[in-house]
Amino acid sequence: MFPIVKTQRLASSIKLLEVEAPLIARKVKAGQFVVLRRSEQGERIPLTVADWNRERGTLTLIFQEVGKSTLELGRMGEGDEIQDLIGPLGNPSEIKHYGTVLCVGGGIGIAPIYPIARAFREAGNRVLSILGARQRELLILEEEMRALSHELWVTTDDGSYGRQGLVTDELRRLLEEGDRIDMVLAIGPPVMMQAVCRLTALHGLKTTVSLDSIMVDGTGMCGACRVTVGGKTRFVCVHGPEFDGHQVDFEEYIQRKRMYLAQERQALERFRQGGTEGKDGRG
Amino acid sequence: MAEGEAAKRPVLQKYPMPRQDPGKRIHNFNEVALGYPEEVARAEAERCLGCKKSPCVAGCPVEIDIPSFIASIREGEYLAAIRKIKEKNCLPAICGRVCPQEDQCEKVCVLGRKGEPVAIGRLERFAADYEMAQGLIDAPPRPAPTGKKVAVVGSGPAGLTVAGDLAMMGHEVTVFEALHKAGGVLVYGIPEFRLPKAIVQKEVDYVASLGVEFRLDTVIGKLLTVDELFASGYQAVFLGNGAGLPTFMNIPGENLNGVYSANEYLTRSNLMKAYLFPDYDTPIIRGRNVAVVGGGNVAMDSVRTARRLGAENAYIIYRRSRAEMPARHEEIENAAEEGVQFVMLTNPVRILGDERGWVKAIECIRMELGEPDESGRRRPIPIPGSEYQIPVDVVVIAIGNGANPLVASTTPGLEVNRWGNIIADPETGQTSKEGVFAGGDIVTGAATVILAMGAGRKAARAIDRYLRSK
Repeated sequence: MFPIVKTQRLASSIKLLEVEAPLIARKVKAGQFVVLRRSEQGERIPLTVADWNRERGTLTLIFQEVGKSTLELGRMGEGDEIQDLIGPLGNPSEIKHYGTVLCVGGGIGIAPIYPIARAFREAGNRVLSILGARQRELLILEEEMRALSHELWVTTDDGSYGRQGLVTDELRRLLEEGDRIDMVLAIGPPVMMQAVCRLTALHGLKTTVSLDSIMVDGTGMCGACRVTVGGKTRFVCVHGPEFDGHQVDFEEYIQRKRMYLAQERQALERFRQGGTEGKDGRG
Repeated sequence: MAEGEAAKRPVLQKYPMPRQDPGKRIHNFNEVALGYPEEVARAEAERCLGCKKSPCVAGCPVEIDIPSFIASIREGEYLAAIRKIKEKNCLPAICGRVCPQEDQCEKVCVLGRKGEPVAIGRLERFAADYEMAQGLIDAPPRPAPTGKKVAVVGSGPAGLTVAGDLAMMGHEVTVFEALHKAGGVLVYGIPEFRLPKAIVQKEVDYVASLGVEFRLDTVIGKLLTVDELFASGYQAVFLGNGAGLPTFMNIPGENLNGVYSANEYLTRSNLMKAYLFPDYDTPIIRGRNVAVVGGGNVAMDSVRTARRLGAENAYIIYRRSRAEMPARHEEIENAAEEGVQFVMLTNPVRILGDERGWVKAIECIRMELGEPDESGRRRPIPIPGSEYQIPVDVVVIAIGNGANPLVASTTPGLEVNRWGNIIADPETGQTSKEGVFAGGDIVTGAATVILAMGAGRKAARAIDRYLRSK
């Protein structure tokens, strides 16, 4: 069992949990993820690790409450215990001195980008960041990202903060201005990563994306997370989660992420109907 | 039962196994084979000739004293029978259910020359179930501790056997399991209707009662490496981490929605209990028309699961003929009784999807059998122009799996073959790295529960020798 030591609501639908997991906290590196099972009836869901504290032996997990499992997880409070936490899984990010690295994070994708951006900075890179959110209220980790970035721009879909528009609008401007960028890391909604990759491909600019496919075991046994990269089938859990964004078949990735939409809706409906019993929201 | 008659003239056939009616069982996940009642078990035990040479013992990968335990059943001494079995096998309720006895102990039974062999597997299961039903599972007395520590990676059949054996030899054993439940393929792979998970749990509990510690949710190669296990005080490591990345056919359409590897399909249903969705959170696509590609036990498990999940048409698509199918006869028969359709001498060439990326059909080509190939089986050859489509909404690919890379890639000095399987001495399990032993699917590629247990037994002896020599 993995006790929750801290909870924090970052936005109306985004929650932070700090969980005691000393062994994983000792080992985890930027770019890796964990698989979590909340309870005996729970499903195994992969979550990227947003931060860790090796001394306290804790992991920070940030997630969006979108379905039954994440809503239930969001209702857990300090002192509650998560049944299973498995990790660190996946390959760590390749951290080295690239020169100037541009980090493009969209929505909940800012959570996994944060520790990687920090590691880039520690490796001596010049770090530029573009953060995007639908609206100001949904923008997370802005302060943290600002503290480690040499420059940072924000876009919101509705213009409630920063530039109105998409992260790609800001990216296009940067690319047109011709600032030297050696590498781009994009993490966010699949369509965002796809749009970033289309743009950077025009400039021949190396772009890494981090994928969060549907997974079951997360250790290379089931193959649920497979994606086509460069015409070959790859498993996100053991070959990824980071891939060369210009090689990823995003259409297929998006299609596969939608595989259980009907069941997810059904579970959510049932959860909402029965949502008054049991534990109420403590977050 | 006509016992007096049987004593003079052996009954030529096994007493049949009572089973759930096919019409009923396709609507539930309860165990199909119900087990011998006491009087049938005793009558079946009467059939054993108790031959002196007992070829059955040599036919058993873990060398159970078969005539002796059967004699105990004949005498009604069921607890004596299970104790005799447990001298060699700490997982009898599992082996009695899933071992391919027809290729092992029963294959060489003297009775089999004239009629059917003694139903050794069913009797083993009877003894194990009797003990469980009595709630009388007692751990044997523990030997004096040797002070040596062994790490076992993986809690499947190989790992459980190694762990149980080494504990009985007085060593301190910790089993590291990546998943949230112990049992490996016994819990994620083999369905409830063939091997109830409560039975697996009881046998895992038994191994724990021998003093074995289980650490779940612990991925060796990620959370801890093999070298770190040594550094933290383990003097030997056994790798039984099992099957790895599922194999696909590399045909167009394999990543469409509705296409599963057998590993994923079975893991969702068995380990995650997706058949109980939405009471359990893990979903599974319940196809109306399901094609399972492959002819082994895993394919049978998958197709029978599909029927139980409501498939009206559940097909086995196999490129050779029924006679060449590697699955156990019993499983093929069970599947046929449950209405599974066998599409033989047929090979998929592509999977077709609709505009939203969902499977709608599988295109196959008919095959004919040519000359025998390296495996001695006649090689299937495609018949040009015979392509046709079967409308399906779920496809399960059950053609095997490769090796999991997590341990090998993080263990310097551990040699693997070109498929990524760990190279180990078949007699001892010794790998290229000192103090590291391996067995089961990670060494052999996909095989059976009992072969993994046999490898575990041999490795346990070798590990014991190694520890005592240090």
